[in-house]
Amino acid sequence: MPPPEHSAIRRFLLARGNSAIADRVFRALMILCALSIFGIVVLIAWQLIERSQLSWQAFGFNFFWKTYIDPTTGLPSYWDPVNGYFSALPFVYGTLVSSLLSLLLAVPLAIGVAIFLTEMCPGLLRAPLAFLTELLAAIPSIIYGLWAVFVLVPLLRHYVNPFLIKSLGWTGFFDDSNPTGLGFFASAVILAIMILPIISSLTREVMTAVPHSQREAVLALGATRWEMIRMGVLRNARVGIVGGVILGLGRALGETMAVTMVIGNTPEIHRSLLANGASMASVIANEFTEAVTDMHLSALIEIGLALFIVTIIVNAIARLLVWAVTRGAPATQR
Amino acid sequence: MGVGIEVTNLNAWYGTNHTLQDINLNIPANHATALIGPSGCGKSTFVRCLNRMHETNPIARVTGTVRIGDLDIYNDTTPVEIRRRVGMVFQRPNPFPTMSIYDNVSAGLKLNGYSHRQSLDEVVEKSLKNSALWDEVKDDLKKKSGASLSGGQQQRLCIARALAVDPEVLLMDEPASALDPVSTSKIEDLIFQLKSQYTIVIVTHNMQQAARVAENTGFFLNGRMVEFDSTHKIFTNPSDKRTEDYITGRFG
Repeated sequence: MPPPEHSAIRRFLLARGNSAIADRVFRALMILCALSIFGIVVLIAWQLIERSQLSWQAFGFNFFWKTYIDPTTGLPSYWDPVNGYFSALPFVYGTLVSSLLSLLLAVPLAIGVAIFLTEMCPGLLRAPLAFLTELLAAIPSIIYGLWAVFVLVPLLRHYVNPFLIKSLGWTGFFDDSNPTGLGFFASAVILAIMILPIISSLTREVMTAVPHSQREAVLALGATRWEMIRMGVLRNARVGIVGGVILGLGRALGETMAVTMVIGNTPEIHRSLLANGASMASVIANEFTEAVTDMHLSALIEIGLALFIVTIIVNAIARLLVWAVTRGAPATQR
Repeated sequence: MGVGIEVTNLNAWYGTNHTLQDINLNIPANHATALIGPSGCGKSTFVRCLNRMHETNPIARVTGTVRIGDLDIYNDTTPVEIRRRVGMVFQRPNPFPTMSIYDNVSAGLKLNGYSHRQSLDEVVEKSLKNSALWDEVKDDLKKKSGASLSGGQQQRLCIARALAVDPEVLLMDEPASALDPVSTSKIEDLIFQLKSQYTIVIVTHNMQQAARVAENTGFFLNGRMVEFDSTHKIFTNPSDKRTEDYITGRFG
C-alpha cells in the first residue's frame, strides 16, 4: 500500500508537535499557586512565634496554667498588665466554655434542620430554606454582635436568666451574681446561632451523600420515618456529621467580634455560666490597641498563637472526617 | 488513514498487581481487531496502554515498547501527542453534558485551536454521518445537549467526537456493553464501515460481536495473550485448548 495521504485535519494536528512544554509550564504554575498558600500559613505562624518569644521566655508553660494572687486584694488573679503578670487561663476557660456550650445548643437544632431539609421538606420549600440557613453564615459577625447587645442580652436579663437561676440554680452553674445579662451564656447563644448554618449545611451534604438504596433497605424492613433516618441515614453519615460539628467548633473558638460584645470582658474564672468572662479572641481584640508594654503585647500574641494552633488542628480533623464520608469511604465502624 | 500497531514485550502493573505480562502483538492497519477474554484478563488495560491512558492512574506502571505507525509512543513523544492521533471510545458513553451536540463533536478540534468555522461545520457533519447519527440529530445540533440523547445515541456521539480529529487508530473499550441490542447492532455496523479507513481495536465480552466485526481476534487470559489469529481461525479451529474452552463456554 502506498504511504497514507494525510487529511487536512491530520496535517494540522501533526503540526502541533508533542506539546511537551505546555504541560510542564502548567504544572509549575499550579505548584506555585499551591506553595503560595503554604507560604502564607508558614509566614503567619513564624510571625506569631517570633513575636511571642518575650512572653514565652518569661512564663513558659505557666502561661497557660498559673493562678496568681493579687497583692492588694489577696484574691486569685490571672492577667494584670499593670503589675506585669500574665496567665491565659481565664481566656482558655472562657473560649472552651462558650464554644462547647454553643455546640450543645446548636448541634441538635442544626441536625434537625438538616433532617428536615433532606428527608421531609417539600421540594418547593427546600431551596429557599437551604438558602436562608446558609444566608445566616453570610451575615457579618458585628451584626450578630449588635443584635445580641440590643435584643438578646435584654431578653436573657429579663426572662431567661431569672428562669434558669430559679430552676437550675441548685447546680451551681447558674447564679445571680451578674445582673447584666452578659457573660458566657450570652456568648454561647450568639455563637450557637452563628455556627448553626455551617453545621447544618455540612450535615445536609453528608446526608445527601448517603445512597437512596440505604434508605430503601431500612424502609423495606418496616421502619418508620424516624427509624429510617436514624438507621439508614444518620448512622451512615455520622462520621461526616461529627466533622461538621467540629468545623462549627473551629468557627466558635475563633469567633471574635460578637463574643467580645457580649462576654463581659473580665479576665476571671467562674463556675456560673451567667458570669462575665473573656475569651482568647476577645482579649486580643480588646487589649491589642492599648498594650503599652512589650510584655503585654507579646502575651497577647502568644494567646493568638495558641488559638491559631488549636483552630488549625480542629479544622484539620473536621475536614478529614467530612472528606472521608463525601469521598464515599464507608462510614461504618469496624 | 490508519496505521499499524506493533507491541513488543509489554508489561503493565496496577500497584503490585501484574495485569499484563509479556504481550507481543502486531495489529494491522485499517482492519478491526477484537480482543476477547474473561473479566479482569487485562484486555482493557491493554488498550489503555495503547494511548497511554493507563498511566493516568498514579499507581500504574508500564514497560515494553508500543509503536504506532512510525512513533514509539513511550519513548518518542508525550501522551498528549499520542492521544491526538489515537481516538478512544469508552465503555460508558461520556458526552460532555454542558455542551451542545455540535460542540461535543468539535471539542477535540477546538481544544487544539482548530477554528476554521466552515470546515468545522463540514467536519461535524461528516463525523456525525460516519457515526450514523446525523439523521437523528441534524435539526438540533446546537439546541440539544449531548446528555439529552439516548444511551445508544450518546455512544455514537462519542464515536463522532473521536472521529472528528481524524485519528489514525480508534480504540473501543467495550463500546456496546452498556447499550440495548438495537443500539449495539448500530455500533457494530458502524465499526464494520469504519474499519477500512481506521485501525480499530475493540475490546468486547460478546464473542458474536468479535466474530461479526473483526478480521483478527486476540484471546487474553490472566494477563497474558493466549492466542492471536484471524477471527475465523480463532472461532472455528483455535490452536490453544484454553481458547477453545473459552469460546465454547466451558469457562469464563
